[in-house]
Amino acid sequence: MTEINLDKSSVRDLNVELQGGSSGDKFSVNNTVGKHALSVGLTTAVNVEINGHVGYYCAGMNQQANIVINGNAGPGLAENMMSGEVRVTGNASQYAAATAHGGLLVIEGDSSSRCGISMKGVNIVVGGNIGHMSAFMAQSGCLVVCGDAGDALGDSIYEAKIYVRGKVKSLGTDCIEKEMRDEHKKELKQLLSQSKMHHGIEEFRRYGSARKLYNFDIDQVDDY
Amino acid sequence: MCGIVGLFIKNPALESQLGALVAPMLSEMTERGPDSAGIAVYRNPQEDGCKITVLAQQPDFDWSTLETAVSNHFSLRDITVTRNHAVLCLDSAIEDVQDWMSDNWSDLSITSAGTNIEIFKGKGNPAEFIDQFDIKSMTGTHALGHTRMATESAITTEHSHPFSTGQDLCLVHNGSLSNHNRLRETLRKKGVQFKTDNDSEVAAGYLSWRLSEGDDLDQALNHAIEDLDGFYTFAIGTRDGFAVMRDPIGCKPAIMAETDDWAAMSSEYRAIATLPGAENARIWEPEPTQIYSWKRS
Repeated sequence: MTEINLDKSSVRDLNVELQGGSSGDKFSVNNTVGKHALSVGLTTAVNVEINGHVGYYCAGMNQQANIVINGNAGPGLAENMMSGEVRVTGNASQYAAATAHGGLLVIEGDSSSRCGISMKGVNIVVGGNIGHMSAFMAQSGCLVVCGDAGDALGDSIYEAKIYVRGKVKSLGTDCIEKEMRDEHKKELKQLLSQSKMHHGIEEFRRYGSARKLYNFDIDQVDDY
Repeated sequence: MCGIVGLFIKNPALESQLGALVAPMLSEMTERGPDSAGIAVYRNPQEDGCKITVLAQQPDFDWSTLETAVSNHFSLRDITVTRNHAVLCLDSAIEDVQDWMSDNWSDLSITSAGTNIEIFKGKGNPAEFIDQFDIKSMTGTHALGHTRMATESAITTEHSHPFSTGQDLCLVHNGSLSNHNRLRETLRKKGVQFKTDNDSEVAAGYLSWRLSEGDDLDQALNHAIEDLDGFYTFAIGTRDGFAVMRDPIGCKPAIMAETDDWAAMSSEYRAIATLPGAENARIWEPEPTQIYSWKRS
């Protein structure tokens, strides 16, 4: 285990060291005090444990690395993640996993607005609630919410799947509740198990695209 | 982009350290606002009297002439000059002082008026501002600070935040308003005066107008949600505390934290992280359009 103390090391030094790690290497990062862009651009299967709250863009562009944040995360967590796993034990601020292509993001607490905006294949599991405009223009991947969802969930959604256990304040344009078929139950069960969330799959509802915005329709011009 | 910080002291023993606690918060927000900085501090209440802060446009303004003139017209308790600002404490009715100032001292502007509030602001790096105004030695009950990155109007001291919105009230803003020009004209017709073309000053003027129409602060802020178009995180200082509100879209950041000793808000957690006990504070992100306020009981 290599310990990196941000009292002594700069953020740049931290990222250079983490990016140079080999698969299986373990790192512990301390004294984060809300700093930005921690543990970004990793491309190997290193294990990083970050102790403390982090600022903007933590774990951005992650590939393969397993990153645990023991604290809260600021805006843009795991933005454009490609693969690997990022877990936050606290809450995450807005646009977590925006545009992310793959991997798993687990937020044990709440996530605020625009969670999974334009997600392109990532799986996101949120233990608590999510804010408004989450999964806006979400293209593929799954967003699992164990608590409640805010306004305009899944607005202009493409083919991403949303599973919500609690209440949905409102659905966005072209997002509808859909039947939970066997393949969805299987997928949800696996995501809950992978993210260590202990809820029954029968407690969730599935939401997805009504596919009515895919082609321009003059009768729906107000929806665009 | 701008940075906002607010600190409300719950444990009176920490009031002597207000400036020492808020200065690092402000400094931490330098990257969000390197153009100018400002602070509203609430301290030294003037019972049965008033307090105003004035800003001189000329750096070499002769404060002794003001002191003599004020003493001839009013009962002046105290005048404290810090660079191009002076805080005047008087026995007189505040409206009389404000009217006399605007009639006779066109080269001075009033940055704050009330019994507790003092507002200081200046161009340049926040670190310089903190040193120049000796922020670290300030005592008081609560303070709001702002670091500005100008996006829509000039970088001058008068364009800097906080803006006064009435007696013992002030506003700091992170964001941009898109309907400020039209709203400014509407408010001018209602008698609200503006010193600059700054969008945040319009928000301050709007709140002043709503309050003068009889709204309480919550009602004024709820009206603001209807009438202000744009992005904003507002922090509003009051005599007894401060309030925070974000616009319905909520894309401008804000974070709040509280311990037994203090309550704080900032644009980013890293400013709050400078406070003692921050790592164990209750921390949350304010919901859009919800008004959060702290008040001395």
